[in-house]
Amino acid sequence: MVDTPNAELAWASDEMMAVAAARELEDATVCFVGIGLPSTAANLARATHSPSAVLIYESGCIGAKPDHVPPSIGDGVLSRSADAVVAVPEIFTYWLQAGRIDVGFLGAAQVDRWGNINTTVVGEYDAPSVRLPGAGGAPEIATSCRRVIITLRHNPRALVEKVDFVTSFGHGDGTGARQRLGLPGAGPQVIITDLGILRYDTDAAQFVLTEVHRGVEVDDVIAATGWDLRVASSVRETPAPQPIELDALRSFVKV
Amino acid sequence: MAEFTTLSDAIGQHVHDGDTVALEGFTHLIPFAAGHELIRQRRRDLTLVRMTPDIIYDQLIGMGCAKKLIFSWAGNPGAGSLHRFRDAVEKGLPHALEIEEHSHAGMATRYATSASGLPFGILRGYAGTDLASVTKNIAWVTCPFTGEQLAAVPALDLDVGVICAQQADRDGNVLLWGITGVQKETVLGARRSIVLVEEVVDSFGPHVNGVVLPSWTVDAIAVVPSGSFPSYAQDYSERANGFYAYWESISRDRDVFQSWMSEHVLETRDHQEFLASLDPQLRGTRHG
Repeated sequence: MVDTPNAELAWASDEMMAVAAARELEDATVCFVGIGLPSTAANLARATHSPSAVLIYESGCIGAKPDHVPPSIGDGVLSRSADAVVAVPEIFTYWLQAGRIDVGFLGAAQVDRWGNINTTVVGEYDAPSVRLPGAGGAPEIATSCRRVIITLRHNPRALVEKVDFVTSFGHGDGTGARQRLGLPGAGPQVIITDLGILRYDTDAAQFVLTEVHRGVEVDDVIAATGWDLRVASSVRETPAPQPIELDALRSFVKV
Repeated sequence: MAEFTTLSDAIGQHVHDGDTVALEGFTHLIPFAAGHELIRQRRRDLTLVRMTPDIIYDQLIGMGCAKKLIFSWAGNPGAGSLHRFRDAVEKGLPHALEIEEHSHAGMATRYATSASGLPFGILRGYAGTDLASVTKNIAWVTCPFTGEQLAAVPALDLDVGVICAQQADRDGNVLLWGITGVQKETVLGARRSIVLVEEVVDSFGPHVNGVVLPSWTVDAIAVVPSGSFPSYAQDYSERANGFYAYWESISRDRDVFQSWMSEHVLETRDHQEFLASLDPQLRGTRHG
């Protein structure tokens, strides 16, 4: 949440993104949370419409209830507030791999129209122009959660025609690759950005723009997307952030 | 049976040039002081293993201690990049670094496999990813009972495992709690192990999710208060988030990094001198 509120709107575009992402998380959902924006959005959901959401962090914290956005996935505020803390091999086996998680909430450096995610390198793997942190827990979160929500800032370097490296598998090339590979989860279903919302359309076999945030035109989103973006026949405006959502978000990140 | 010793002697005795070494800790209880001691003793050609290499691995790589890194997420959590790691991978500075890259689930499986004494472990992972093509140590096996195709990864071949824990008792049993990561697997999966503890106690109290490593599974114990700084030891200290942000300004420039490492690590004798050399604002918070 680094940018300042838009003068015409009462919120920043990053705040709109966090609020829209939080709204995707239904109450009582069990959610495996990546650090950064996914963690902010998941905790915003818990603070507003989803008080019973169960937040799981890959550090082994199950049912974490932090009172501020933790800078890392292993902060003391997560372990102290958790219902249970388990070892890292256990969180990935008994909990994630066993199919106990409803939603995986992931960020990305690059994503393509099929929800394949790159967090490894920009450029060639053996001679990268930018070395990114790598996979972390994401590949198996994308494999085993029942569905995946992706959130990232929208620009043509992030939403790309082809990811430089498939760190976490989405829908491959859109031709039923998940089923052929026998992946248990349904894969990425929604991409939430600071401009709008893309939802996976199984008939179109790709992500399709379904919502734009207030002040954003469909053409803005097309211009900020690195592939030839499909647009739903009717695109609606994302409901504006409510004061209760903004208050919760601002109190949560202001530490 | 665990031997109580100084950290300097523990590193000197148990870690040799060319060893494969894991200094583990998943955000919590990261053995920073042991990494600094490896740098002071100028270990070379190490194969470093860690799920989440962060600042201490950035320092080891930048100081030329590492030949290879086996890992699953290399970053400065919440603060930015590991610039010394990136310089090694992107530009071969200070020398080329071989990397072997996995997912967290794959690395966790490798640690658990090592602790179990098995040659390989399985997971439902990696399918469809490019990791499976660039990392040789990822293969596929078919379940003999169901026919499901699963990923296979080999055990880690660890010479030395190094962890931090909150307490040892006088017999050399070790207790840690809070986020326990893969620390148990690191000790049980390595040929030799070193544990840094906050303090020695007469007896262990009850702790939610406490993990005990019996004395005979550990080779050396060194009492190093705040040995995990700028990481933390739950109920002893808080994570020094300011230091992680500060590291961004040090590691970005190679010359700034070198002079910082000289002043604060090479020219200090031990961890207490290292801590004393820091700006008080960076030192973080201890309890009690």
